[in-house]
Amino acid sequence: MKNFAELIKTLDTSNKTSVKVDALTNYFLKASDEDKVWTIAILSHRRPPRPVNTTLLRLWANELANIPLWLFEESYHIVGDLAETIALVIPTTKEHSDKSLTEFLQEIIALKKKTDFEKKEYLQTNWLNLNYYERFVFTKLITGSFRIGLSQKLMTRALSKAENIDEDTLAYKLMGDWNPNTITFQELILDERNSDYLSKPYPFYLAYPIEGELESLGNPEDWSAEHKWDGIRSQTIIRDNEIYVWSRGEELVTDKYPEFQSFVGNIPDGTVIDGEILPFINNQIGTFNDLQTRIGRKNVSASVLKNTPVIIKAYDLLEWQGNDIRNLPYEERRTLLEGLFTTLIGKEIPLQLSERFNFSIWEDVTEERLKSREMRSEGLMLKRKDSPYLVGRKKGDWWKWKIEPLTIDAVLTYAMRGHGRRSNLFTDYTFALWQENENKERELVTFAKAYSGLTDAEFRMVDDFIKKNTLERFGPVRSVTPQLVFEIGFEGIALSIRHKSGVATRFPRILRWRHDKKIEDANSIEDLKNMIS
Amino acid sequence: MNPPLLQFNDKGIYCQQADVYLDPWRPVKNAIITHGHSDHARWGHQNYITHYSNIPIIKHRLGEINVSGKNWNETFTINGVKFSFHPAGHIIGSAQIRVEYKGEIWVFTGDYKTEDDGISVPYEVVKCHSFITECTFGLPAFKWSPQADVMTEINNWWAENRAEGKTSVLFGYSLGKAQRLLKNLDTSIGPIYTHGAIENMTNIVRPQIDLPPTIRVTTETKKEDLLGSIVIAPPSAHGSTWIRKMTPFVTGTASGWMAFRGARRRRAVDRGFVLSDHCDWTGLLESIKATGAEKVICTHGYSDIFSRYLRELGYDARTAHTQYEGETNDTDES
Repeated sequence: MKNFAELIKTLDTSNKTSVKVDALTNYFLKASDEDKVWTIAILSHRRPPRPVNTTLLRLWANELANIPLWLFEESYHIVGDLAETIALVIPTTKEHSDKSLTEFLQEIIALKKKTDFEKKEYLQTNWLNLNYYERFVFTKLITGSFRIGLSQKLMTRALSKAENIDEDTLAYKLMGDWNPNTITFQELILDERNSDYLSKPYPFYLAYPIEGELESLGNPEDWSAEHKWDGIRSQTIIRDNEIYVWSRGEELVTDKYPEFQSFVGNIPDGTVIDGEILPFINNQIGTFNDLQTRIGRKNVSASVLKNTPVIIKAYDLLEWQGNDIRNLPYEERRTLLEGLFTTLIGKEIPLQLSERFNFSIWEDVTEERLKSREMRSEGLMLKRKDSPYLVGRKKGDWWKWKIEPLTIDAVLTYAMRGHGRRSNLFTDYTFALWQENENKERELVTFAKAYSGLTDAEFRMVDDFIKKNTLERFGPVRSVTPQLVFEIGFEGIALSIRHKSGVATRFPRILRWRHDKKIEDANSIEDLKNMIS
Repeated sequence: MNPPLLQFNDKGIYCQQADVYLDPWRPVKNAIITHGHSDHARWGHQNYITHYSNIPIIKHRLGEINVSGKNWNETFTINGVKFSFHPAGHIIGSAQIRVEYKGEIWVFTGDYKTEDDGISVPYEVVKCHSFITECTFGLPAFKWSPQADVMTEINNWWAENRAEGKTSVLFGYSLGKAQRLLKNLDTSIGPIYTHGAIENMTNIVRPQIDLPPTIRVTTETKKEDLLGSIVIAPPSAHGSTWIRKMTPFVTGTASGWMAFRGARRRRAVDRGFVLSDHCDWTGLLESIKATGAEKVICTHGYSDIFSRYLRELGYDARTAHTQYEGETNDTDES
């Protein structure tokens, strides 16, 4: 555990990618095979299920800290991270622990089935046996994932350096549904294995936003274009009479979308399709808000299935007749994909082709992009016709060209402290728009929350404003004097009964601080509703 | 009924009986000053009274002022009110102010810490009825490690960076933190360079404390001489063009806020060392208890939370709003 805690400390402390990768490489070179597997698992967000709920965790930590619970909670709001708060308030003793990372994780897994009394005993003993940083890491293992600014890509790079295995091969090996508690390092990394080949997805290829003018891409003839759909990017695998659906977050979501079972038998074995899961209501693509009712539900009820049916829009073909065809040019893969669709004519399965549109000059593309909202897409994708299907986010062959966000001027009304590097700063804001109440008076009604889009310097200024203009406190939330106006951007908009304003916005974020506007100049809920197409 | 011996108004902490202010934030006639940091020793008062050792510091900051100096424990009486300075251990010259009138005793801490840092006269408990305390770090999340441990960490960090051929740039306030770092750096590792602001302030206090030799970074300083050295700079130098001269360099900050991971990441330094010139949670609680005070007024810091906790412990505690800043979380000097 000592080495792992040291590693996390270095990863967490350094701002330099090279330092992080070196630290991780050195760690991999020294760690035991078991610890390596667990480290990979944790850094790729495969932590064991939480053995204790956070309410009990707080209570027991608080007992050791010997402070009132409200004081613990206040500290937590300021520190902004539960594990960090626990590690900070518990006193450090002279004890120490030599248990390995793997031993700790096995104990944490076993803990889930223990009684509350045993859990408390276990946690309190270990908290007191660890130093501050180890205590923080130990608690993190229990409460949640590590957000330490190390992407899966960088972890793969470090592992690649330590093990002398090509990065793309490793990325493939690390995908999918493996269990760190049962798999060995040999099996996960070193063996050439076929056992879980069946469900294994390919790493997704992701596009960067386009830079500069379209003309800079060169000859339009070398490019293909289609709409960029606003749902869940997915990979659908048909192998050996089984279907596996993966989301881009590397989550196996097959069970959430039972309607896709009908692909089996209609699509030949040895096929992998890159596509987008979309709500499809009354023969029309729905909003991302509609899809929300399907995300996060494992057991889908009949009524949800009926109210929010889904389809997959197919973009690309990665495997065909059991062969990995990612190295074929995009144009050839598309031809195979479109060929597959001709065999599906007349079959009632929820799979559609994401159609490409023809263009001979770049102006045609610009024009098509203007139709995005009407088409219910979030913009366009441009793909070079001769491009292979690459791994991860790479520049050059694929570009996304999203539509400009919708914008509205709103008033800051509530604020909360942020987390991570924004802990102890008020950076999570709630915004309101004007609405006339039954007495014909204009009042501010909350419509969205946003916590990104300002510079650090601006956040500090807003933080200062909030601290000086607090009206009321509700736990961690403060209401503030309505005075500041911000331009809020968002991707989509839909009517919603769950929201007080009656409207749900997608990806709301701050575009800029409107120093030039007074609150009277902010928009109204009605303005917002008028944007619904 | 008489007004309280000390009261808070829009200019500062006021003693009506003596017609003087303690650390006022607006210009007044008579000001008694705890220490030289700019949020306590402000510009524009007609008369300043402070501990002797603060005079050169305050004059360096504010220019020619009308100031009289006092010794530790030296009582001076103004209209029947007895005042005296007692060590606060915060920085060089930092004092608590004891105020006594007709047997009633108040103490105002200014800023203070309980650990002996080797350069400030160590904090001294002063018995009183009412205690006006700062609580910059008044949360149970703040617990300092002994200075010796933190300095070992800093010296090891410097030695490692030097071994890798890199310069260590360490940020700390130019008054207080910088001298505390200088005093405790291991000079056998390599030379110590300073930013101009720090060199100036250090030269002001050199007559009062024994500090290792330092070299000012100037336009003439050669890049290769800097390599492997440690450079002490104010927080505001972070991200400036001045710092590029140190390339290749590694940055560190010594501050109580470095206890929080978020604060360190926000400041974007490579290493954070938890070293503060203020009391930690335990330091605050222990010193309040030791004063024997029943009434506690919390000024700057997490004062609402801290005073609520004190009330639960049985103190008559409340918060007063001041314009003191304590150790600020961001890069401005204090």
